[in-house]
Amino acid sequence: MSPARSPRSRALHRLMVLEGGAAPVDGPFDRLPDRLRAGDLLVVNDAATLPASFRARDPRDHRFELRLLARTAAHRSLAVAYADGDWRTRTEHRMTARLKVGDRLRLEGDSMAARVLSRSPLSEAWIEIEFTDEKGAPADLARVLEALYRAGKPIQYSHAAVDFDLGDVQTAYASRPWAYEMPSAGRPFRWSVLLELMRRGVRVAPLTHAAGVSSTGIAAIDARLPLPERYEIPAETARRIGETKERGGRVIAIGTSVTRALEGSAGPGGRVRAGPGETDLILHPAFKRRVVDGILSGMHESTETHYRLLGSFYPKEALDDLLRRADEAGYLTHEFGDSCLLIP
Amino acid sequence: MSFENQSVLITGGSRGLGLALARILAGQGARVVITGRDGAALERAAAGIRRSGGTVFAVAGDVADKHAIHPLAAQAAELAGPVDLLVNNASSLGPVPLGLLLDTECEEFARVLETNLLGPFRLAKAVAGSMLIRGRGTVLNVSSDAAASAYPNWGIYGASKAALDHLTRIWAAELAGTPVRFYSVDPGEMDTRMHADAVPDADPASLARPEDVAVKILDRLEKGGLPSGARFSATDPLAEAR
Repeated sequence: MSPARSPRSRALHRLMVLEGGAAPVDGPFDRLPDRLRAGDLLVVNDAATLPASFRARDPRDHRFELRLLARTAAHRSLAVAYADGDWRTRTEHRMTARLKVGDRLRLEGDSMAARVLSRSPLSEAWIEIEFTDEKGAPADLARVLEALYRAGKPIQYSHAAVDFDLGDVQTAYASRPWAYEMPSAGRPFRWSVLLELMRRGVRVAPLTHAAGVSSTGIAAIDARLPLPERYEIPAETARRIGETKERGGRVIAIGTSVTRALEGSAGPGGRVRAGPGETDLILHPAFKRRVVDGILSGMHESTETHYRLLGSFYPKEALDDLLRRADEAGYLTHEFGDSCLLIP
Repeated sequence: MSFENQSVLITGGSRGLGLALARILAGQGARVVITGRDGAALERAAAGIRRSGGTVFAVAGDVADKHAIHPLAAQAAELAGPVDLLVNNASSLGPVPLGLLLDTECEEFARVLETNLLGPFRLAKAVAGSMLIRGRGTVLNVSSDAAASAYPNWGIYGASKAALDHLTRIWAAELAGTPVRFYSVDPGEMDTRMHADAVPDADPASLARPEDVAVKILDRLEKGGLPSGARFSATDPLAEAR
């Protein structure tokens, strides 16, 4: 399959549905309401996508690109630092920046600075930074956000053909900016589709999950992905999940980040706990789901680790067959690509 | 609707009606984000509210700038929580002294529409999705009696506000049956810088204080019972304005 190389109109998106033991069915994404039933519950990740890529200079005046990976405090973040260059070069081919603990980093495009707090023994590019003002005092959350939105750009990869605008990488219901990469499974939704689902008795409920980067191109870091990610499940969403289960409806996760948050939060008997949390759960073919009955996901090649995650919904043979049909139907992959709905 | 613990975003929040709304809402326990073009004025306004114990955040931005909208909505949601109440209050008169349509440059009209019509549309679009998903939310558009009456010299302002009123009604019609509400309010003539710019020789004593108008508007929202899409008057809060 080819990658979608630029933001596409939501009207063009396709959806391959694999339900029960039936053969996969291809159709427009907008016909999703025909594939679901009254009483089903869609759980979406409403995290907005941060502009998490920055140009900066180290104390030796070398330019580099900083990509934020996860927040460790309001003014601290894990990050990966590449030598000068941008998303047009495959991350696997990029040089890493040579930063030292204690280095003061100057962001381009804003007066906020940063200091290298620590460096991972796994890779010199993997650092924790603290955002500071010009004099080195820690910046507060409002100041960090102001600087990120002034100087940052969305993280993107070499399969793209154009610079992404920050608006391109948001879902139609984005709220708090917690995600480092777009929770892209929700990207094809238009409000006409969501309102039709609601009118037909399909409920939609949010959680917020700090979806991290899919890849850094640095093997030692990628072997650790996804990093533990924070999430928050509203009490109302937890209540609706319980209600849906009791009434025989299906809980459909929009994307793997939602699946990780819900399954990671599940207590005894599969009861979802409301509130903030952090999950290091990694889905795999032998994982026994306790909350999520089905998943709507972007299309991924079988070589991607993401494809392994879907193994907790269908065996490899069924997914291979789905992929072959999607390829024949001209499906596209990556953040602006087409989708599949898997309901075992 | 009670405002305690609600997340509120107010445009044009550094002075006038926007600041008065921010002050009262913060006093009632809301977490308020004020925005405006002048970052220093916003900070001063926010500092005043914080001194009285309110929770308020200042985020500088121009609602007329398309690229400022998502950053503004996202920062507000992160600082104060997913937005429960959006008040589209920032407005531009266009060039003052006010003049005839025949003397108005087309570019000036376009700039007023960016601030008074497209800005409120874009911001509502940026927060209404999250409101729908969370099952609650209100968008309040600040209008004017110039939207209803055809006053000479108020052409571009009046037309922009009439369009904003109609936009309010269409939002409400499209989202009928959902818990998200859209209103527009005519605040009446207030003793604000905007009024002084428009009518320099008006007697301030004849004008309402923005603080009093803000109380009336919030009382009307709190009382509830207004159908979504309604346009109401702050000077006669019991009656829906025409």
